[in-house]
Amino acid sequence: MAEEKHILWTSGISKSFAGVKVLDGVELNIIPGEVHALMGENGAGKSTLMKIIMGIYTKDSGQIYFEGKDCDFKSPKDALEAGISMIHQELSPIPEMTVSENVFLGREQKKVKGLPFVDKKELNKRTQILLEEYELTQYITPNMKMKDLNIAQIQMVEIIKAISYHSKVIIMDEPTSSLSEKETVILYRIIDTLKKNQVGIIYISHRMEEVFELADRVSVLRDGKFIGCETVANTSREILINMMVGRELGSGYPKNSAEVGEVLLEVKDFNRKGVFEDINLKVRSGEIVGMAGLVGAGRSEVMRALVGYDKLDSGKVFMQGKEIIIKHPKDAKQNHIIMAPEDRKEMGLLLCRSIKENVSIQNMDRISRASFVNKAKEKKICSDITKQMNTKMNSINDSVSSLSGGNQQKVVLSKCLLSEPKVLILDEPTRGIDVGAKAAIYDIMVKLTEQGIGIIMISSEMPELIGMSNRVVVMSGGHITGEIEGEEAASQQTILKLALGGKEK
Amino acid sequence: MTQKKDIGKIVRDFGLAAVVLLIIIVMSFLSESFLTTNNITNILRQISINGVLAVGMTFVVLTGGIDLSVGSLVAVTSVICGSLLEGEMNTFLVCIIGVAAAMAFGLLNGYLVSYVGFQPFIATLATMTIGRGFAMVYADGKPYIIKDPSFIFIGQGKIAGIPTLVVILLVICMLGIIILNTTTFGRYIFAIGGNKNAARLSGVKTKKIEMLVYLLSGFCCGIVGLMLSARISSGQPTAGEGYELDAIAAVAIGGTSMNGGIGSLRGTILGFLILGLLSNSMNLMNIDSFYQNIVKGIIIILAVFLDMKTKGKQD
Repeated sequence: MAEEKHILWTSGISKSFAGVKVLDGVELNIIPGEVHALMGENGAGKSTLMKIIMGIYTKDSGQIYFEGKDCDFKSPKDALEAGISMIHQELSPIPEMTVSENVFLGREQKKVKGLPFVDKKELNKRTQILLEEYELTQYITPNMKMKDLNIAQIQMVEIIKAISYHSKVIIMDEPTSSLSEKETVILYRIIDTLKKNQVGIIYISHRMEEVFELADRVSVLRDGKFIGCETVANTSREILINMMVGRELGSGYPKNSAEVGEVLLEVKDFNRKGVFEDINLKVRSGEIVGMAGLVGAGRSEVMRALVGYDKLDSGKVFMQGKEIIIKHPKDAKQNHIIMAPEDRKEMGLLLCRSIKENVSIQNMDRISRASFVNKAKEKKICSDITKQMNTKMNSINDSVSSLSGGNQQKVVLSKCLLSEPKVLILDEPTRGIDVGAKAAIYDIMVKLTEQGIGIIMISSEMPELIGMSNRVVVMSGGHITGEIEGEEAASQQTILKLALGGKEK
Repeated sequence: MTQKKDIGKIVRDFGLAAVVLLIIIVMSFLSESFLTTNNITNILRQISINGVLAVGMTFVVLTGGIDLSVGSLVAVTSVICGSLLEGEMNTFLVCIIGVAAAMAFGLLNGYLVSYVGFQPFIATLATMTIGRGFAMVYADGKPYIIKDPSFIFIGQGKIAGIPTLVVILLVICMLGIIILNTTTFGRYIFAIGGNKNAARLSGVKTKKIEMLVYLLSGFCCGIVGLMLSARISSGQPTAGEGYELDAIAAVAIGGTSMNGGIGSLRGTILGFLILGLLSNSMNLMNIDSFYQNIVKGIIIILAVFLDMKTKGKQD
């Protein structure tokens, strides 16, 4: 079956962890110069398959052929040297190193052979050549320090690093998940050049739009099984979603029939020097307020200051007309303003602790008396809410790190809802989670608004903002640059114009 | 997957308990004096000192911190008690003041770490040096002789046939387990070690909790200061030198992660039992104390290695 045109070909890959089969006879083949999208819900086995190809995990059975040879890489270094590299979703550069030092890490050109003196000039020269070839010189120079780069720039460096290894296959794991639209365009251009150079790209993504824009073929995994491989030109969004979830899904956004009532929360003249300025915001009961803007526009920062996590230079907060003082997230919680943060690992979850403890930590007041935890009550309340959320798990005593991204997000939501929010702030609630879990989270949001809760949703996905919000507030460069009400006005173009607009000033 | 992990956890705790049993069985064959009441009492007395420190240390390590100052704080309490007892102050008052002094240092540790933002290693390294210096200056480098019989009772007396030192250890362990496993404070400690940012966003007063944890460690140091001074009938400025390492070793052997968030007092208790039994066994067998250090180090390496192996399987 291994045809000569395939640069990478896997067959019958299976892998079990502790008796649970996570991959079951998976096929994948890559042609040089194609973008091959790999789709599937979280937990479908995409990452495990990639980790097996890269030699991070060992497979239980199956073959991997690379350039026609049966390969079994023992470590990522082996894979890298053979010509397969991976751009991880979470990048981890060494902050104090320069771009060129990072690219050639471990392969430094020595001034004199055998002596440990690095020829920085030579490294810079070689990096510069690569940057020029991929037209990236206006974004990065070889001498920049990694700590001064943003996510998009770091990603460019990673790609350059992959190219410097003469990689013939590059795996990209959700590369656009933290990129702005503008940065995404640059990435697409790099990918085009890679295609011309006959590099095969495995592109893991949850975003339909980009799969149709970018990919030549798409393979779908579900529950560790290979479902099928389609040519993008011959498939449709509906077919792919069906393949991924094994069932029909609606248009994607549930109908929101909640009545918008009185003003719940009012933010007045929020300022934080160098971060945001003159922020005024109102949230009514039953309303979903979308917050649009590019990465770095200051949306999360405003929200973090609102709940007392970050400091605030000046500004007032009113809850149902009464001024409240918030100096610590505890104050926000007592006023029923609850935030589900953007980064689950960074701010959302205690990854090494159980699901139960993660849910209860924010709600000790409900399950304790005189500082003693009522464990029976804790167990009941936590299992009730997580079940209500349809969290897929064996037991609430499981470590939260054993859950998929979507289910982890449900744990975050569970703990937020237990705190009985009146205003719920959701920062990128669907980032990095699969189609099925996304739909579940949208449903939860609608149910909450029907109960009269006001929601602020920060999102970088335009369709989601437009599909879910009653109102979209756009931020740019730390200012609110516009507010769009009603469906007719809210198109991607107007939002984008506002999101970009503020920067020109 | 979780079942497997639970099994790993049980294997690990059983493993430690098995090591304890193994040492006891082997030693009862190797040495006639091992299983005598005298020797067992001796072991328990020795363990009690390190045990109380290790309980406090467990709290600190669970938050992701470390307390290097414990040995010096023992000396601070020791010299203060020694001098006050020479002045024939009320015994009870002396104990209160002695413990309070160690707690004041604990408070300074906590303040530097949580409110000023020092690395725990650096903050407690500084107070370790200051504490030792303070004890030396205060006592002018010389020990105080303690004669007060009711004070000495703490270190040499018995309650219902059990040495007072051991009774104190049991009480501290029980209190520690109750605090850690049944109170909100205990939950907050695990939460801070697990992810300080997430804990704070969840409304946990992380700074206050961290501060309290160092205060608690200071309290344990104060208690040990009393225990040790009473045991040796003197207020020693050199008391407790190197004790921080034994306490940290017990915590590490017990499986508490040095990054915080994972661990238990049950493990720590097994940890200091193993350390105490080993050192007693080697003494009985006349093994040179230089070799004893080597063995102790190897035990730490083995225990942490075992820990990594059982935890690594989760992935």
